[in-house]
Amino acid sequence: MLIALPIIIPLLTACACLLFGHRARLQRALAVLGAFGLLVAAITLFVRVWTDGVQVLHVGGWQAPLGISLVADTLATLMVLVAAVIHLAVTIYSLENVDVRRHRYGYFAFLNVMLMGVCGAFLTGDLFNLYVWFEVMLIGSFVLLVLGGGRAQMEAGIKYVTVSLLSSALFLAGVGVIYGIAHTLNMAHLSERLAVAAETNPWLVVAVSVLLLLAFGIKAAVFPLHLWLPDTYRAPRPAVTAAFGALLTKTGVYALIRVFSVVLPPSDYLFELLAVIAGLTMVVGVLGAVAQSHIRHILNVHIVSQIGYMVMGVALLNASDAATRQLALAAAVVYMVHNMLVKTNLLMLSGVIQDLTGTERLSRLGGLLSRFPVLAVIFLVSALSLAGLPPSSGFWAKLGVIQAGFNAQAYVLTSIAVFVGLLTLLSMLKIWSEVFWKPAPEPPIKSPAIPADDTLGRGARRRVFLLAPSVALVVLSMAIGLFPQPLLATARRAANELLDRATPVASVAGNAPLSEFGRPDVEVHP
Amino acid sequence: MFVVMAILVGALYAAALYLLLARSTVKLIFGLLLLGHAANLLIFSAGGLVRANPAIVHSDAEVPLPGYADPIPQALILTAIVISFAVLAFAAVLVKRAYVETGTDDSEEMRTTEQ
Repeated sequence: MLIALPIIIPLLTACACLLFGHRARLQRALAVLGAFGLLVAAITLFVRVWTDGVQVLHVGGWQAPLGISLVADTLATLMVLVAAVIHLAVTIYSLENVDVRRHRYGYFAFLNVMLMGVCGAFLTGDLFNLYVWFEVMLIGSFVLLVLGGGRAQMEAGIKYVTVSLLSSALFLAGVGVIYGIAHTLNMAHLSERLAVAAETNPWLVVAVSVLLLLAFGIKAAVFPLHLWLPDTYRAPRPAVTAAFGALLTKTGVYALIRVFSVVLPPSDYLFELLAVIAGLTMVVGVLGAVAQSHIRHILNVHIVSQIGYMVMGVALLNASDAATRQLALAAAVVYMVHNMLVKTNLLMLSGVIQDLTGTERLSRLGGLLSRFPVLAVIFLVSALSLAGLPPSSGFWAKLGVIQAGFNAQAYVLTSIAVFVGLLTLLSMLKIWSEVFWKPAPEPPIKSPAIPADDTLGRGARRRVFLLAPSVALVVLSMAIGLFPQPLLATARRAANELLDRATPVASVAGNAPLSEFGRPDVEVHP
Repeated sequence: MFVVMAILVGALYAAALYLLLARSTVKLIFGLLLLGHAANLLIFSAGGLVRANPAIVHSDAEVPLPGYADPIPQALILTAIVISFAVLAFAAVLVKRAYVETGTDDSEEMRTTEQ
């Protein structure tokens, strides 16, 4: 039951928010309450998995592989925990960053629908169920993206819907062919069956793997499937971009990690492909950011670059010795956690800057250091954390990936990672010096441009709602940087569970041996 | 039968991609629709094509007749159809709203937010 709570709580919150959509204050209270509830459930689940090991829930009482099972291992619960933290931060931030009109039209309801999909995707142990949760997440994100209307949001909406549905159709086709090969969709079960199928029919398995790689690659925005991201993430409110930047692409990376470490049999061909993709994603992302002149656009393009580091962790699973494989996967997990926290924070802060000054254009900003010193410090710390300077969470994340790269003797890829890290630092310093350090431009920035129907006039409360989540996330990032052991240990344990392929099988199968199930009596045409 | 299905699925994918690449956003919706159909038929054939032997347990038997049609692909397709129905309904409304908002259904002209 506890395993299903991270799915049930956002669902109930979404329903409650829709029911009380006309009562703005009650709806906001419900949204914050729901976000707190999700965080409490996520912490409880994490503690349970940490002390008692992998938890499995057979939905509806049907044993795996006949029924659908929810599997809460360390990786899944860690991701749910971080998603819950992000959700709480974004919800509080949205109280002020998103206008009341959007609240009335179901902003919080669809934010919760999206969270339900994200948590479901993290927790599921069934490949088809993963597709369903992706769709739930997508429907929530579709509405969030276009909510409020306007030309920019509509154009972004059409692009995003098309690309997402294309990715879903590829995933669905992959799932169908996998069922044809293995006659099961349970991930633990698949890991056994596909390993056998890979020996008799290797190219069919590779073909399916490429379908899944394409589907998850579009979702995670890796090169050359990343072009949709900068165009769509700039359109909605900053709060929405912050939630998207933390949750959507990372769910794609999570699916890549899970499917390529557990479900699919290891294939040199695919891991080499992933290594090339990782390198190009890092470089293209960081160079693309140079051409941008708006804060949020720069940060959006950097999302792509950061995804490259996580994919690099997956690509290094090709390494010959087990210790390096474990380090690489653990580094990818740490990187994901770090990036979710820091990227959300930077995107939220860019929204604050936009609200304060009415612009996101670097050339029209400046001199904010003397006017808003607290904001300047928070932004600087987050930006340096993204670039990977000690003592911040980014340092340990980058260190792990680079160490794994050296151990795996992937010197080219590792050099690219180091070099891109330097460029990221330059890019972050450029934003900071343009926005905060350089003198204010002439003519001076006008008074804050805020929509007429927005809820202003409560300066202190507004400032608390906009900045408190950022302060909390910065503190969290610094805490991870200063005391990295808990996160590193968690990530190592998550990597061990994934790489030791027996663990998921044993925990999901329960008493019945999985290999007895399935339907070998139907002849499958190749 | 497999050959016919393979050609049909291939034709559906080809038509879907052709429509997706068209400039009109209305054709985009039809492209997404066909894409879903193609994927569903692919699952259907990949699960094994069995004639005239549904997975129904007769009143005097414990299990279905051997060699019965696998019901799971059909269940998967049913789920996928429902999902694609909901998503395409949203896409249709979105295209309509975008037309009202931008005054065009030409995706080449919907690039004001690109750089």
